Amino acid sequence: MSGKRIASLGARLDRSKPISFQFNGRSYSGFQGDTLASALLAAGEMVLARSWKYHRPRGIITSGVEEPSALAQIESGAFTVPNAKMPEVELYQGLSAEAVNGWPHLLARLFSINRNFSALFPAGFYYKTFMWPAKAWMLYEKVIRKAGGLGAAPTEADPQRYVHQNLHCDVLVAGGGVAGLAAALAAGRSGARVVLAELGPVLGGSAHRLTGTIDGQSASDWVRAAQAELAAMPEVTVLRRSVVFGYHDHNFVTIRESLTDHLPLKNRKGFRERLWRVRAAQVILATGAHERPMVFGNNDLPGVMLSSALADYAQCYGVLVGQRTVLLTNNDTAYADALTLQRAGAQVTVVDTRAGAALSGSLAQQAQDAGVTVLRGYVPLQAQGGSQVSAVVVCQTVGKQATGEQRTLAADAVGMSGGWNPAIHLYSHSGGKAQWSQAGVCFQPGAAMPNQCSVGACNADWSLAHTLEAADGAGRNAAARAGFSTAARSYQTHEPVSEPIAEFWIAETGQPVSRRAKAFVDYQNDVGASDIELAIREGFESIEHIKRYTAMGFGTDQGKLGNINGMALAARAMGKPIDQVGTTTFRPNYLPISFGTFAGLERGELFDPARKTSPHELHVAAGALFEDVGQWKRPWYFPQGQEDMHAAVKREVLAVRNGVGMMDASTLGKIDIQGPDAAKLLNWMYTNAWLKLEVGKCRYGLMLDENGMVFDDGVTARLGENHFHMTTTTGGAARVLGWMERWVQTEWPDMQVYMTSVTDQWSTFAVVGPQSRTVVERVCKDIDLSNAAFPFMSWREGTIAGVKGRIMRISFSGEMSFEVNVPSNYGASVWKALMAAGADLNITPYGTESMHVLRAEKGYIIVGQDTDGSITPHDLGMGGMVSSTKDFLGRRSLSRSHTAGPDRKQLVGLLTQEDQLVLPEGTQLTELAQLPAPPVPMIGHVTSSYYSPTLQRSIAMAVVRSGQARMGQTIYAALADGRNVAATVCSPVFYDPQGERLHA
Amino acid sequence: MLKITCPWCGPREESEFSCGGEAHIARPLDTDALTDEQWGDYLFMRKNPKGLHREQWLHSAGCRRWFNAERHTVSYAFTKFYKPGVDPQSVPNIAPGQAITGDAP
Repeated sequence: MSGKRIASLGARLDRSKPISFQFNGRSYSGFQGDTLASALLAAGEMVLARSWKYHRPRGIITSGVEEPSALAQIESGAFTVPNAKMPEVELYQGLSAEAVNGWPHLLARLFSINRNFSALFPAGFYYKTFMWPAKAWMLYEKVIRKAGGLGAAPTEADPQRYVHQNLHCDVLVAGGGVAGLAAALAAGRSGARVVLAELGPVLGGSAHRLTGTIDGQSASDWVRAAQAELAAMPEVTVLRRSVVFGYHDHNFVTIRESLTDHLPLKNRKGFRERLWRVRAAQVILATGAHERPMVFGNNDLPGVMLSSALADYAQCYGVLVGQRTVLLTNNDTAYADALTLQRAGAQVTVVDTRAGAALSGSLAQQAQDAGVTVLRGYVPLQAQGGSQVSAVVVCQTVGKQATGEQRTLAADAVGMSGGWNPAIHLYSHSGGKAQWSQAGVCFQPGAAMPNQCSVGACNADWSLAHTLEAADGAGRNAAARAGFSTAARSYQTHEPVSEPIAEFWIAETGQPVSRRAKAFVDYQNDVGASDIELAIREGFESIEHIKRYTAMGFGTDQGKLGNINGMALAARAMGKPIDQVGTTTFRPNYLPISFGTFAGLERGELFDPARKTSPHELHVAAGALFEDVGQWKRPWYFPQGQEDMHAAVKREVLAVRNGVGMMDASTLGKIDIQGPDAAKLLNWMYTNAWLKLEVGKCRYGLMLDENGMVFDDGVTARLGENHFHMTTTTGGAARVLGWMERWVQTEWPDMQVYMTSVTDQWSTFAVVGPQSRTVVERVCKDIDLSNAAFPFMSWREGTIAGVKGRIMRISFSGEMSFEVNVPSNYGASVWKALMAAGADLNITPYGTESMHVLRAEKGYIIVGQDTDGSITPHDLGMGGMVSSTKDFLGRRSLSRSHTAGPDRKQLVGLLTQEDQLVLPEGTQLTELAQLPAPPVPMIGHVTSSYYSPTLQRSIAMAVVRSGQARMGQTIYAALADGRNVAATVCSPVFYDPQGERLHA
Repeated sequence: MLKITCPWCGPREESEFSCGGEAHIARPLDTDALTDEQWGDYLFMRKNPKGLHREQWLHSAGCRRWFNAERHTVSYAFTKFYKPGVDPQSVPNIAPGQAITGDAP
């Protein structure tokens, strides 16, 4: 059998525009308007996939996004898209696609052995069989996944661009079928801002399958008129190829608009996809419903499809899949499909599980009258065929039992209509709880959520008249909330008399499911009815566990097709009603969404802002390598010639110790604090006293959180009686400002104090070393830089290289140091002037690496490196900085039993007995020269560790249990290579312990 | 993503804000008078209710000001937004959102 085109049908095709494309390396043709699925069906391609576990042949099952089997890898290289659902892929000139599960072509026989031994591959087979040895799982997994036929992720960077756009509207309508259009029209007529998003390329939803009329016209004609009316409304935006994929709190809705995927590669310009971030005052869900397959033996044979899909391919694409078509149903819609297929030239038989005569005026009666063969009171047992379906065996029911006469109906296409699942995914995302409708045999929305409603098929409303009335009312009411009003519109509808759906999950033959031909529930993951029964036999009761054990719903269709059948079969096996088994919660995203959509333009250089200091380009020119500190780019070290980091750092450190060096410290956080209560605030924030600090002086402070743990440190200068300049760690600036603001705003609103970040306003350069004074003197004539006039821990205002600024005598190296602060607009020129002024003294720029070594030689801590949120000032040996005469944040915690208790980890210095060995930072420390079998009692770890060029040996800082009581003792560092090396505990101040050099 | 109304700036996206946890926890004035347990209660113990919760928010990417909100921890619906120092009892409740119906308005 092969599919064929019918000239009389094919509403979406433009037959004047033929399209050629490649599939699995062969050339095909189709028309503008085709999907990859419709064009392949028209070409008679029925077998398009092999199933992942049993390698059974599979074809196209659906005509929409719920497609589980017919997956394709579209294009190759950087443009490749894995796992595209063929019915979703719009055909374009030159399209090139491969079936994703084509890999075992040559090995088909090897794998198809799985088919014959399917009893050996039950649910959980891979988990149970490939468990041991654990190491080999990586190998097993690779082979299983490859054979499993999932698409390949692109290996090249995506050259396409993606964009995000925010949108606010009064009413968002999700879905452009009859219900969505009626709602959008009603809201739109009022003048409200309305957005209608339709996931497909055309509006109308299932209108082409409806047999009723609206205001005397066919549903399709009504859709065209509605579309024209919406297009004329200036406040209405209609988005096509736009899927509402996430419905989040407070009506925040995300839409992916696909802009170029339907175009030939060479015509693609601009953005590939747009992520609309919509905040809608009101949301109307009109997302329709998905048809359910029926569960019977071999229901996965190519040619067995959804009934609605057979009708869609005929009606929209003019493709007749089979000449002899059998439709299996338990509801009315298959009869409309039968009429369509009969019109297309097929010989159609409808097998209805419902017994008794068709109702007068029903679709069933219309179909019978039109010559469709109808068998009522029959249920499907199994399909037959080789690589595609050739017949289906049905059985007459006796009561509820399938024990009557059996018939074998020859068929080259079988349509399944097991009922309809309202697409309640978005309702579920928004927090709604689905409820089971026994009358509709489906899950439908339960209590409505605020500022939202569901209309039409997604609300289990199958009547055209009801749907139009509810959609019109919802549209008007939603607009009314935004202050817009319009009159009700009543639609005159004619539709067939409906006959209630009958529940059908699997034929009740009295035979165990496991003894019958394999009947599939989840096609993509090869989950059969017997696997669900097995899961229950093995003790799984929760549907969430059954899903995970069988992998039902874990494919790329996310269970849209099979999950409800699976739940119903689980309920049947447990002898419980479905609503006690429960539905699973649908979570975003409704469809797979590319990473590019989420990343948008925030890729590469735009991923995160880079903050650069004023002299950045001078550092680049000087050959600096940079280190990222938060968003800042800080010079790391300045190699000369072929120097490696070790050599550069050695040179930089010795220049600072013996001559003069300069570091760009502009990234340090700086906060300007003003107001009558400024000193009082600092007194609360820092552990030491601030009220009596003189104007012109600086002071170092430790900031604690309320747990008593150090969380920032820095030097603050008193600029005036009510004016301070605070510095923080580079990474802590925002946190410190936020911390102070929080206390002032929420706890002490009466405090008169104001803070603002001035980090970017001031450039700070530390001129450091015995010759630093000489250099600064050459560019600053209006400050007396002598030690007597300008002592350590004070600051002066003056002119530096022609620029008004401040100099602070503070040090993070242990050397005499002048920190020059100038407005950042002049930063680069002042840096240049200082470098020029020190050129004859060989002034040496240095980076963060040398800064770390210099400060470690002096035992200065870095918050966040030597502390980790569990270290108090006492643990750092800085108890002298803790005032006993005032309260401050965190103080009370310092006397809590644990914080004040014995055996805390304390900061100490460590000198390895092998003096050239630099311990890795993070190395664990023990008291044991010989390590026993684990667990080994640890007493601390190394926090900072460097080679000290000044001392010509390694130095380290560490936190060690009761470290201050261990001075002079030997402890051991356990290295990753198995060595256990001895080190002596000492003071963390390795250099100039008297601090004479600071005061030079 | 929540929609949050800053009492100074008006309704904004959640991404502009950061949450500061339970509101109306006053720092004890005389911390020395507290037992370790009482101080521990102040530091660590929080209500974490299922239901209405008053919490602090900071308009961090906006006016940088703190304020309080009352939020239902199950539905995430906000019932109040108010400035620090304001008695929440005096703040009228925001009318809860209603579902849309198809009935005549």
